[in-house]
Amino acid sequence: MPTTEASWERQQTPPRQNILEIEGLHTQFELDDGVVQAVSGVDLAIARGEVLAVVGESGCGKSVMARSVLRLVDRPGRITGGQIRVRTDDGAADMVSAAPETVREVRGKRVAMVFQEPMSSMSPMHTIGNQIGEAIRLHERVTKAEARARAVELLGRVGIPAPERRVDEYPFQMSGGMLQRVMIAMALSCGPQLLIADEPTTALDVTTQAQILDLLRGLQEETGMAVMLITHDLGVAAQMADRVAVMYLGTVVEEGRVEDVFRAPRHPYTTALLRSVPKLGSGSRERLRPVRGMVPHSYRRPSGCPFHPRCDEFMAGRCDVTVPEPLRDQGRPGAVSCLLYEEHEEHEEHEETTP
Amino acid sequence: MTAPPSEVTATAAATATGTAPLLRTHGLTKHFPIRRGLLGRAVGRVRAVDGVDLTVPAGRTVALVGESGCGKSTLGRCLMRFFEPTSGEISYRRTDGTVIDLAKLDERALKPYRSEIRLVFQDPFASLNPRMTLLQIIGEPLRVNLGLGAAETEERVAELLRRVGLRPEYLRRYPNAFSGGQRQRVGIARALALAPRMVVADEAVSALDVSVRAQILNLLKDLQDESDLTYLFISHDLGVVEYMADEIAVMYVGKVVETGATDELYGQPLHPYTEALLSAVPEPDPGARRRERVVLRGEVADASNVPQGCPFHPRCFYARDRCRTEVPALREIAAGRTSACHFAGELELKGCRA
Repeated sequence: MPTTEASWERQQTPPRQNILEIEGLHTQFELDDGVVQAVSGVDLAIARGEVLAVVGESGCGKSVMARSVLRLVDRPGRITGGQIRVRTDDGAADMVSAAPETVREVRGKRVAMVFQEPMSSMSPMHTIGNQIGEAIRLHERVTKAEARARAVELLGRVGIPAPERRVDEYPFQMSGGMLQRVMIAMALSCGPQLLIADEPTTALDVTTQAQILDLLRGLQEETGMAVMLITHDLGVAAQMADRVAVMYLGTVVEEGRVEDVFRAPRHPYTTALLRSVPKLGSGSRERLRPVRGMVPHSYRRPSGCPFHPRCDEFMAGRCDVTVPEPLRDQGRPGAVSCLLYEEHEEHEEHEETTP
Repeated sequence: MTAPPSEVTATAAATATGTAPLLRTHGLTKHFPIRRGLLGRAVGRVRAVDGVDLTVPAGRTVALVGESGCGKSTLGRCLMRFFEPTSGEISYRRTDGTVIDLAKLDERALKPYRSEIRLVFQDPFASLNPRMTLLQIIGEPLRVNLGLGAAETEERVAELLRRVGLRPEYLRRYPNAFSGGQRQRVGIARALALAPRMVVADEAVSALDVSVRAQILNLLKDLQDESDLTYLFISHDLGVVEYMADEIAVMYVGKVVETGATDELYGQPLHPYTEALLSAVPEPDPGARRRERVVLRGEVADASNVPQGCPFHPRCFYARDRCRTEVPALREIAAGRTSACHFAGELELKGCRA
């Protein structure tokens, strides 16, 4: 069964205050050739001040999931089920069913988003100051001069040198790393409680990436906002996140504390992903052992466990039939959706009843 | 007709040592003029590649690493004369053992070498013609260079698609139906179509997902073993580079600042820039989080306005007065190790080997 709010709170020893709860989210794309289940029953929660990394390969639905939170899925994409509860001053707003005014109120002010390609996310025709100012004036009643002053201050906070001069520059005058800082400044402009960063450093150099990750960490600690970091880079997830959720074909297959998931992965997909990365400094020239096969065609979602055709632990007659439910482990917070563990539990019960 | 004496000696040298480089550049330079005004007068120049000596041994993998804008892609393109080098030599050893300077050949003389050295492009969205199907894109060199018929081309393209991890059914689809990762595989399939001797892989796996990337890296290694391929592997991903490369050249603003065998360079870098690059890599290990990092200040220097002295000095944590005035030359520090740092060997730089 989909996780309930009560069980999320039970798993953490100090009761966590979730600022975002996604439950049973389904987002699909109805195309001429068929229906693509981009997000297929995702349950996730983010607590105040937490950094959650959502990792997975392209096509796993992580970006669509993130965009669903802000109702930014364009047609033919459509949210077809589930709830996305964003904490507001008076309780929670369900982004799936909320009225457009509520959606606008949440966007930018409560939940802000940073995209992968800063150049294509900004208007080339307006100065950086105007674009940040617009975001501020959309949510707050301030004069243009005040908005500009705020923009200068924000640019300074994200580490842009000479902000009072650069506020009047156009996006083309800045490097990729600088533009990503501008995007972050814009996202921070209304003090969001959650920042969704969709592959924020993927287009950047390692050195610039390190700078941007440092900046995000610093801002997160300073403001106490939560961050949902969408990334394909396991290294970035390991360095940044408190918790990590691994997605495959629109579902979260494993979720837990970053130390647990990286040190002792439970889902065979997580294991396979981790061993696909050449480990820096190991000097190993051994063949990499990637995940077998390819991601299945998006119209043909495998029966049972979506990962079964590529899984090393495939159990015929079980994995291709039964859709695994998220299972909790007594020993550690988080969940894994794999029949391997369901079977262990059954075994244990079996042994207990028949000594 | 007999070959000129110089070529004869080159052949002799090549067969004698057996480890002769497949390709070697000497003082390779590419400056782009900055033109302004009505008459388009050159008012300055971008020193994209500035006097690079690079040796690529046959059957080995040499990696060019550095941040974007360091000139590594321009260098890769100069080797195949997609960009005309401003000056310098590109010595290439032909299949018969003779050595020629690719930089001096005219377009017609160059043509046969264009199928021997193939490039896998960086941007999978810009490098595939959106109006051609995969069959046409990958099949084009097969038809043009090998003169294969339609049925045979289709069979070979299907096989190539399979080898790069794509479904053969995709043959008649257009690039817009594919993700960035899949397109990059198409680019790799196209480069491999003519069974080249050398592949210049320009960020060839950067757009790929980790599991797919591992498959492609394995594939590239298999191909190298099978057909004695030589790779020039241009990448910013130091994890992948460590796995792939036998030797490494680190570039910064148009110049090679450090070279060495992979193990030695990762174990003990001799240039502060290399140290910073290695330190910036996020490791997939939460335990490495508290590790002390060298986070570089600022950005890559502007190649049209290279700083005085050592080009790296404004970002260098070890910079001293001498670095601000005197340009360091790339010099040998130890056997097989070169560095362009005044204080190479004196500085205690951190590598990333346990």
